[in-house]
Amino acid sequence: MLPRTRKGAAMNQHVKINRRSFVVGAATAGAGLAIGLDLPFGGPAVVRAADGSPEINAPEVNAWVVIRPDETVVIRIARSEMGQGTLTGLAQLVAEELECDWSKVTTEFPTPGQSVARKRAWGDFSTGGSRGIRSSQDYVRKGGATARVMLIQAAANEWKVPATECKVSSGVITHTPSGKTTTYGKVAEAAAKLEPPADVKLKDPKDWTIAGKGLKRLDTADKVTGKMIYGADVKLPGMLNAAIKDCPVFGGKLKSFDAAKIANMKGVKKVVQVGDSAVAVVADTWWHAKTALDALPIIWDEGDNAKVSSETIAKWLAEGLDNAQPAYIGNQNGDAKAAIAGAAKKVEAVYSYPYQNHATMEPMNATVLYTPEKCEVWCGTQNGEAAFAAALEASGLPPEKVDVHKLLLGGGFGRRGMTDYVRQAVAIARQMPGTPVKLLWSREEDMQHGKYHPITQCKLTGAFDADNNLIALHYRLSGQSILFSVRPEALQNGMDPAAFQGVAQTGEAAIGYSVPNLLVEHSMRNPHVPPGFWRGVNVNHNAIYMECFMDELAHAVGQDPLEFRRKLMGKHPKHLAVLNAVAEKIGWGTPAPNGVYRGIAQVMGYGSYVAGAAEISVTDGSKIKVHRIVASTDPGYIVNPAQVERQIAGSFVYGLSALFYGGCTVKDGRIEQTNFDTYNSMRINEMPKVESVMVPSGGFWGGVGEPTIGVAAPAVLNAYFAATGKRIRSFPLRSQNITFA
Amino acid sequence: MDWTNQGTAMANLKINGKTITVDVEDDTPLLWAIRENVGLTGTKYGCGIAQCGACTVHMDGVAMRSCGVTVGEAAGKEITTIEGLAVNGVLHKVQTAWIANDVPQCGYCQSGMIMAVAALLKDNPKPTDDDINDAITNICRCGTFQQVREAIHAAANA
Repeated sequence: MLPRTRKGAAMNQHVKINRRSFVVGAATAGAGLAIGLDLPFGGPAVVRAADGSPEINAPEVNAWVVIRPDETVVIRIARSEMGQGTLTGLAQLVAEELECDWSKVTTEFPTPGQSVARKRAWGDFSTGGSRGIRSSQDYVRKGGATARVMLIQAAANEWKVPATECKVSSGVITHTPSGKTTTYGKVAEAAAKLEPPADVKLKDPKDWTIAGKGLKRLDTADKVTGKMIYGADVKLPGMLNAAIKDCPVFGGKLKSFDAAKIANMKGVKKVVQVGDSAVAVVADTWWHAKTALDALPIIWDEGDNAKVSSETIAKWLAEGLDNAQPAYIGNQNGDAKAAIAGAAKKVEAVYSYPYQNHATMEPMNATVLYTPEKCEVWCGTQNGEAAFAAALEASGLPPEKVDVHKLLLGGGFGRRGMTDYVRQAVAIARQMPGTPVKLLWSREEDMQHGKYHPITQCKLTGAFDADNNLIALHYRLSGQSILFSVRPEALQNGMDPAAFQGVAQTGEAAIGYSVPNLLVEHSMRNPHVPPGFWRGVNVNHNAIYMECFMDELAHAVGQDPLEFRRKLMGKHPKHLAVLNAVAEKIGWGTPAPNGVYRGIAQVMGYGSYVAGAAEISVTDGSKIKVHRIVASTDPGYIVNPAQVERQIAGSFVYGLSALFYGGCTVKDGRIEQTNFDTYNSMRINEMPKVESVMVPSGGFWGGVGEPTIGVAAPAVLNAYFAATGKRIRSFPLRSQNITFA
Repeated sequence: MDWTNQGTAMANLKINGKTITVDVEDDTPLLWAIRENVGLTGTKYGCGIAQCGACTVHMDGVAMRSCGVTVGEAAGKEITTIEGLAVNGVLHKVQTAWIANDVPQCGYCQSGMIMAVAALLKDNPKPTDDDINDAITNICRCGTFQQVREAIHAAANA
């Protein structure tokens, strides 16, 4: 495959609209798509609410803010809500600048189709890479501030006074000299007709009263009564339900199926081929569709990939650890190979990390109503615009005839940034024009057709001088690149820069150690199992490899793991600050309770600095009880500390579930795990409280949803070594017969 | 098997105090009858093999994973779903505690989690942490466990 640059992709945009360039060429894509379209929104727009019902005719002050006559403030949220709290956080940021009454705030999702039609009024919809808040905070705050200025101006115009004599608090505008008051709801219509100010000044976060507070989420009420409608719950008049089976071997094809055999089964309406590798049964109910699909005789052309197994993949990756094999260099200084060759002392270890499935609680699904005039999609997606682009391509319709209605996601973790399920649903609905069809994957389909956390191995070599100073570190990664598969245009001369997340020289996932001779490299080997962005992405394995090996190096020279790290972190004060924060909180250096052992780890990812420490006890060498977890994070600014705390704790649950119970293995070219009985997840009895220490140092905006997952596993693994003297280098722990006590 | 001859039974299900006649085969999982035939979608599909607990309902007051119960087995039993937990519009104390403690993240597992907790508190009004560990085995991929635990204690003390 010919590598294309980001710039190239963006330039292609003007020539031809395709899915990749649409998604990647963020700045130009919307404008490109909007060319030649009629803009349906002249003046205040009517935007459908998240449930598809039309917004009542309320004035839109700007793209972000609608104020109803009853004073309800509708804040538009372009990013997706999958439990991470971004919806509430973004609303807080808009409300902060808007100076509205928080108790009157509600939210809605604009659709990507509307955004495209309005020259991409809402910017980027993508919600991955822990970017939901940090990459849109600037313009959503401006959206709130601009609306505030316009609302105040409208009041001032009505009163025929200078706006500078007016102030606002909780949506009540006061003319200070006269004491006259009015409200946002009363002036919103007039405000909507004003020219927006060219520039607005944003508040110093120090002065925040709505943002920065641990306010309760806006989306809780319907989640406790069963009223919340997720994609899987969508009901449309006359809707049918589809169950699907894709070729169990990735890259295989559908050869044939015998629809006649199930044609008379109850509820079955149609059996359709989907793409070249899948077949779906459409029935009155999903249960009927699934039951019939299970009975459908299908012949697959599994292809050569059917010969691939975890063993063959492991062998191929192990070959990549050999220095003689080509590798991309991601970070280097000095001459690590020479320093290691001449060192007084050398330590070497080989680690590996398996495939992981996202296993969102809500399996993949999408509902589509297709007619030759319109293709409408209802789904949970982490990237409304990517889902829109997928629907464009799969429907063959032009942008103005396609739209995607986003629903809340029953978990995302990166999986719903992909659009395979949207394409499938459109492909099915296209074969039944005029009939809405909901495609829902079974859990088995979800487990076996994931976009898996990539598989890697890593050989780490450390070298010491005669005084036990670390003089060299060689970090040689072998394995899969996500970008190679998902966004090849983002490769740089073949190299996947994201492969070095957490061990990069600079940037938002920079290494926290200075070693005189350092070599970080990646021998790229891409098995046929499709990789994807799995919460934490490449930070996961890189943090495990680096942080466990740092622990190994410390013990190799008889030094305390914390003190050993500190000596290498002099030039990395923010990394060090969070490490120190957890060390202090967990009582590092003071005796742990009897039989309890500690481990510590730190990493930088998604622009944030995080550290974690665990206290565990081990019974019979194989039963781990996690007693305590302490985690620290410096994301620069914190918009909602209560939600940040939940993201930190959730990262431990997700990371430790993968460490203990996860791991997807490959046999005969397919994933062996099929459900939660073979791909388990932590329960409440296995998870202690996570004590979080937030140390936002300001001046930058880091992400929160993902970075902490990097330290979850190494903190526990290093504690396991402290407890047992045994170093575990291959995962999940269940494959080593280690489990929770 | 002769698929043309699938037995159809008109089963009477008592759900949230109402008797509802559903036209489904006796071996249909209760989960799917509730979601697709009765139309109550608060009860969620997560695994279909009684592992995750997202589909938990009460059957004669006992928490059951509805994907593992057939319509035939459920017929005649008193079934309560998440939609029927509030009485006369007044939220159950577990729901109230869930809101007060801001428990849900994505929320998809929470219907089942709440139903499991409501059944626990009925049998054991003041559960200890160990009681909670034994009784609550639902999967939550977002990792809301610490809020779940706090909210259970809050509901118990309400």
